[in-house]
Parts: sequence; structure tokens; C-alpha cells
Amino acid sequence: MNPTPLKDRAAIVGIGQTEFAKHLEPSEKALACRAIAMALDDAGIAAREVDAFAAYTMEATDEVEVAKAVGAGDVTFFSRVGFGGGGSCATIGHLAMAIATGQAEVGVAWRSRKRGSGPRPWTDTVNQLPTPAQWTRPFGLLRPVDEIAVLARRHMYEYGLTREHLGNVAIACRNRANANPAAIMHERKLTMEDYLSARMISDPLCLFDNCLETDGALAVVMVSAERARDCKQQPVYVHAFGQGLPAQHHGMVNYWNDDPLAGPSWTAAKQLWKYSDFRPEDVDVAQIYDAFTPLIPLSLEGYGFCGKGEGGAFTEDGALELGGRLPINTSGGGLSEAYVHGFNLINEGVRQLRGTSSNQVAGASTCLVTAGEAVPTSAVLLRRD
Amino acid sequence: MLRPFVDDDGAPYFEYAAKGELRMQTCARCGEVLFPPRPMCPHCQSTEFEWKRMSGRGHIWSFAVPRPPLLPDYAAVAPYPVVVVELEEDRRLRLVGNLVAGADAEINSVDPATIEIGQPVRVVFRELEGLAVAAWTPDE
Ligand SMILES: [Zn+2]
Repeated sequence: MNPTPLKDRAAIVGIGQTEFAKHLEPSEKALACRAIAMALDDAGIAAREVDAFAAYTMEATDEVEVAKAVGAGDVTFFSRVGFGGGGSCATIGHLAMAIATGQAEVGVAWRSRKRGSGPRPWTDTVNQLPTPAQWTRPFGLLRPVDEIAVLARRHMYEYGLTREHLGNVAIACRNRANANPAAIMHERKLTMEDYLSARMISDPLCLFDNCLETDGALAVVMVSAERARDCKQQPVYVHAFGQGLPAQHHGMVNYWNDDPLAGPSWTAAKQLWKYSDFRPEDVDVAQIYDAFTPLIPLSLEGYGFCGKGEGGAFTEDGALELGGRLPINTSGGGLSEAYVHGFNLINEGVRQLRGTSSNQVAGASTCLVTAGEAVPTSAVLLRRD
Repeated sequence: MLRPFVDDDGAPYFEYAAKGELRMQTCARCGEVLFPPRPMCPHCQSTEFEWKRMSGRGHIWSFAVPRPPLLPDYAAVAPYPVVVVELEEDRRLRLVGNLVAGADAEINSVDPATIEIGQPVRVVFRELEGLAVAAWTPDE
């Protein structure tokens, strides 16, 4: 048996996205359909050929609604992945597995969200409270940012993470957004002085440590590597994939195991690199899930770009900028392009490997895309020929 | 304020808290202390538990100081510190709670600028929406 049945067997051949804004008029369902239709058009594949879907459990529109609106054919594979932004790359991985094993031929993954004009999830105090939140939220650790602030402060204490390190992350993302016309923050500059003087949201985290609140939708189309070679776009192969739900993990309030600073990215990374022909030092560009800036140093450590505790120091000397050691979030990411649960990171990874990014890394041939650290997560390593 | 959700697994915790006792779910077979409470011991798969009394002493592992936007009851007392305390008995037993000047004090009664990671704290019990819960106060 082929020991690496997934490696380079499926390829992304179409991407689509709506505009991003604080408020868009169409419904999440309508936005989803538009993004999917654009991705199919980009791929040059007819909707009736679609026979697989993958999405987040938090997606409001189900496969029945999407399939009948966009005009999919008979669908033979559909999967959902949980844990909010932790599921982003898993939608890609699940489609790749379905295609590699012959369960489907043309897959669509999507995310449509009106987080800009809709309610903040943490304000839902009924559905948000059961385990483990019942042990944290009543005491005022109400929002994801509060939960991550606790980890960030511990990292500062244990390893010397600084606010300037987190500022390096926010500024790198903003600099990329400034060159990306699709980014919400396209015209808004951010300096270290701006960052350090911003109002605190959950000390030690300030306004600019938080992602945007965005309306928008994105989608990708995936086919087998064989078929991809005949498609109109350059194939972007799913080289490796990993999911991670570590032993004794507790979600975003992962305070109850041996080392809360070693999160799910460590588990996903182990699986991702297991069958990869590449190592972290071979990665040309990375799209790292950035709901909050501390997720970047934590992920850099988890995916092996530096040692444990070195994620803050890694951000120094322009390492995350274009031309640096590891350019990240080249569309601006969730912090400065749009926050659509990390799906914009996937589309940007594809653009980098097609050579069409507005912040193109010259000659990029491998791109790591990660989902949210600190929740059960996932990652894909994309490559081109 | 949000009232802690009392489920089957965690109910004894709150019953003991009402008596002023900090007790943690402990496997009756292998003796491992478990938090958060759960229906099965992950070490030996036993479903029999005892509730072991803790000393109520610990150290601050980390903390955050939330500021608005927050739910209205919390915004009214922000900024307030929320601490994660590792218990003296086992450093993996980390309880999230409020740091207060005393059992009857508000959750913003300790100046966040005076808090340090590693600082010793001891448990006090206070009422939150009609339920007794553990909180922490600086220990000398
Ligand atoms: Zn046991």
C-alpha cells in the first residue's frame, strides 16, 4: 500500500470570494453561493460536477441549501468540522481525503459569515456556558480574547514574550493589508507607536491584538491531481494535512494539563510533518491563523519554526515581513484583511502558489496554512509543481 | 453576572463550596484528582468518585484584566483581574476565579498593578448569583 496516500493526490483548482466589509446586505446563504459560484468559474468546472462538500459546524447554511442553490450534482461526500476557526484547514483536508480515496471527484469547501454585522458569539450566555466555560466565564473571563490573554501573560512570564513581539505580528499583517486592495484595513497604516498606545481590551492584549469583525464568504474547488493538470489554473496540491485534538485538551481554556502553552498545533504539526517531503525550513510563506496576535508565536513554536518559548523572539528583525525569514499572512490575515474564520488564509495560500498575491513572495513553492491554535485545530501544507 | 452552570459531574463541587470547603473530584479507584469534573476517570475508566478536600492554598499561574466591551454586569466593574490559580496539591489543578480583597469584596477590589505571577493566594468563598463559589485573596 502507498504509505502516503494523501500526499499531492488532490489539488485546489478554483478559489472565490465576495468582497469583505463590516456590513454586507446579502444573507450568509447568498454570500456562500456567490463565493462558490466564483470558485467554480475560476476553476472552469460546471456546478453539476460538484459531488462533495466540506464546511465548519458553525456554518449557518447547510449542504442541502447550498447544493440546490448552486446546482451541484449527486453529492456523495459531505463533512463538517467543529471548533470554530480550528476547522478551516480540516475542510480542505477532508475533501482531499475524499478525492484521494475515490469517494468524490469535485469538492467544494466554503465559509460564509456575517460576523461584522451579526452578534458576537460570546454574548450568547445560554449556549456558551456549559463545560468547560462554566468554570471560567462566570468569573469574568468572558470572551476568547480574555482566555488567550491568560496564555499570553504566562508566555511573557515564562519565556519573555513582549508586547513589541505581538506588535510585530499586528504590524506585519497590517503592512500586507496596506498592499491588498481587498483588505478591510487597506488604507489604514499601523505603527509600533500606534500599537503600544492602543486601548487595552484584556490586559496584556490591546485593540490591535484582536482580529477584525467582518462580513464575507470564500470557497475553494478541489479535484484529483490528474484532473488538475488539465484545469485552467495552475494546480495547488494538498501535500500534507493534520488535525489536532491533544490528550487532555480543554478548548480555548486549556489550563488543566501539564503545559497549557503547548496547544493543539503541536499535535496537528506532528501529523502534518509525518508524511511531508518538506520541513519547516523549506516553507516559503505561511498563513497562520490570527484571531489574536499571541496565536502566531504559539503556532510558530507548535509547527516547528522555532523552539519552545522562542515564538516571540522569532518575530524580531522583520522575520514575518516580506523578505524576512517567514513572511506570514500575506493578504493581511484575520487581523487586517478580513476575519472569516481563517478561510481567507486558504485562498491567499493558493494565490501565493499561483504567483498572484498582492504581496507575492518571489518563487514561493510551498505554503503552510494553519487553523486556529488553542482550539482543536488543523493545518495543510500546500505546494505547486 | 453569569451563574455557573451546575451539571451532574460538577454538582458536588458547589455543594461543598456552600459549606466553605474546596473539594475536588477524585477517582475512587486510582486516586487521581480530576478537574474539570467528568463522568469517567481518564486514567483507569472508573466511574466512582470521592471529593477530596484541598488545602485552599495556591499560587497565581497567570491572569488577565478584561475591559469593555463586556456583558453589562461585568463592564460595570471593569477593569477587574481574573486569575488562574494552581493549587498547592498539584500544579495541573488550576482554578479560574476572582482575586478579591476579602470574601465580601467586589471583583475589582484588588489593584491589578499589584498582582504578580507566582504570588501566594488562599481560597475564600463568595456568592455569585445565589451560588457559593471559590475566589482567591492574597496570602501572606
Ligand atoms: Zn482512576
